[in-house]
Amino acid sequence: MASIVSFIYPAMRYIIPPPVAESPSRFVVAAKVGELKNNSGKIFKFGSRPGLLVRLADGSYRAFSAVCTHLNCTVQYRSDLREIWCACHNGLYDLEGRNVSGPPPRPLEIFEVHIQGEDVVVTRTA
Amino acid sequence: MATLFRKTLNWLDERFGTGSVEEFLRHKTVPVSRHIIWYYLGGMTLFLFIIQVLTGILLLLYYRPTPNDAFESVQYIMTQVRFGWLIRSVHSWSANLMIFTAFLHMFSVYFLKAYRKPRELTWISGILLLFILLGFGFSGYLLPWNTLAFFATKVGTEMAGSIPGIGKWLLVFLRGGDEVTGATLTRFFGFHVAVLPGLATLLLAIHLFLVQRLGMSVPPSVERAIAEGRTTERSMPFFPNFLLRDMIGWYAALGALGGLAAIFPWELGTKADAFAAAPAGIRPEWYFLFMFQTLKYLPAKILFLEGEFAGLLVFGAAAAVWILVPFLDRRIGFGRVTRLFTGLGIFVIGYIVVLSALALR
Repeated sequence: MASIVSFIYPAMRYIIPPPVAESPSRFVVAAKVGELKNNSGKIFKFGSRPGLLVRLADGSYRAFSAVCTHLNCTVQYRSDLREIWCACHNGLYDLEGRNVSGPPPRPLEIFEVHIQGEDVVVTRTA
Repeated sequence: MATLFRKTLNWLDERFGTGSVEEFLRHKTVPVSRHIIWYYLGGMTLFLFIIQVLTGILLLLYYRPTPNDAFESVQYIMTQVRFGWLIRSVHSWSANLMIFTAFLHMFSVYFLKAYRKPRELTWISGILLLFILLGFGFSGYLLPWNTLAFFATKVGTEMAGSIPGIGKWLLVFLRGGDEVTGATLTRFFGFHVAVLPGLATLLLAIHLFLVQRLGMSVPPSVERAIAEGRTTERSMPFFPNFLLRDMIGWYAALGALGGLAAIFPWELGTKADAFAAAPAGIRPEWYFLFMFQTLKYLPAKILFLEGEFAGLLVFGAAAAVWILVPFLDRRIGFGRVTRLFTGLGIFVIGYIVVLSALALR
């Protein structure tokens, strides 16, 4: 029995890859000022995961994690609905990131947005 | 010529004992009744599986399983390699037809009650083979590294990750990390061309051995008619009568595959981008549509369970019941057909068809 375990254990450990360290960066330049029109959105890279920057109809910015809390698809901003939509299973979030319809179980993670010179900078708060 | 052939057979018989195979083929028969059409589906599925193996080997000559090269290598096969479009399209069409015929084969076996004693293990090995085929479909779908496949894989693997306890381990095992990346592509390639073919070969050998050992089942209605003297027991030799009929079907299937590949070459789509939004109209292959549509209807929470896990639990329980049908349907052991199990089969088909149609709307 012990020898069987000693054969299987290394193989079981081998098939699980070593953990990859998350990007230590807490902020990222998501866009340039003026890049986004009012009432539009853009996916940006935040570490190894996608984020969503939305420019509202009044010109202000909001940023969220673009990873749907249902099954990990990447969400998008729907200018016709003025909501955030996941195409995979028709989940909807409002512009506060709250899950308002469809299967998503939790709100989207919200990021802070600052304008620094010509850059729209998104910062992870948690 | 005939003498040379006979001499070669004798030579082989002395070394391999092929005479027993010849003897076996001479005595193997297939029951003849109005249900005989359904008996061709297993052979048809096997034929399409062989097509998959052959075209898969040809695709391997050019395919490169890395995120930078996978899409481009399939594009190269489709546009530059002579008849590459044909080989890849036949592989894709044949995969879909194979799963379709496997489903038909399973339901025909179910409704003809061919799972009853002593063929319980034939049924179980067949269902496991169908799961392996679905695994082939799921892993192969990702290999061209296009947008649809990328998100379908994200969703599929995330579902596995929702299982309490082992979910996280399973997700990392399947993806080769926390996210769907090049590591996932490499793993799926390994599953598709090494792990699954190995398992499929083993299960296929068991399944075919059981079919040969136990023979083909006679439906209860025909057995009853024979017992009541309303008909006589009829059969035909497997070799060459049934096999020749099988081969006519395979020849037609080959023609259909060529026609489908030429008229509707399999699309490649756009290259996967991990930092693009999931496109509208995203959906998995047709055989996963009923599960995909079910997930859309499930609320975020069902009692104390996450919606997707509750869905997975129900599908898992349904699959377990389906596998264990030969042991649950006890009356069929005495030749009595239970309406409950016939109704269950009709419900399952209805559910799959209706939910898949809703997903295609």
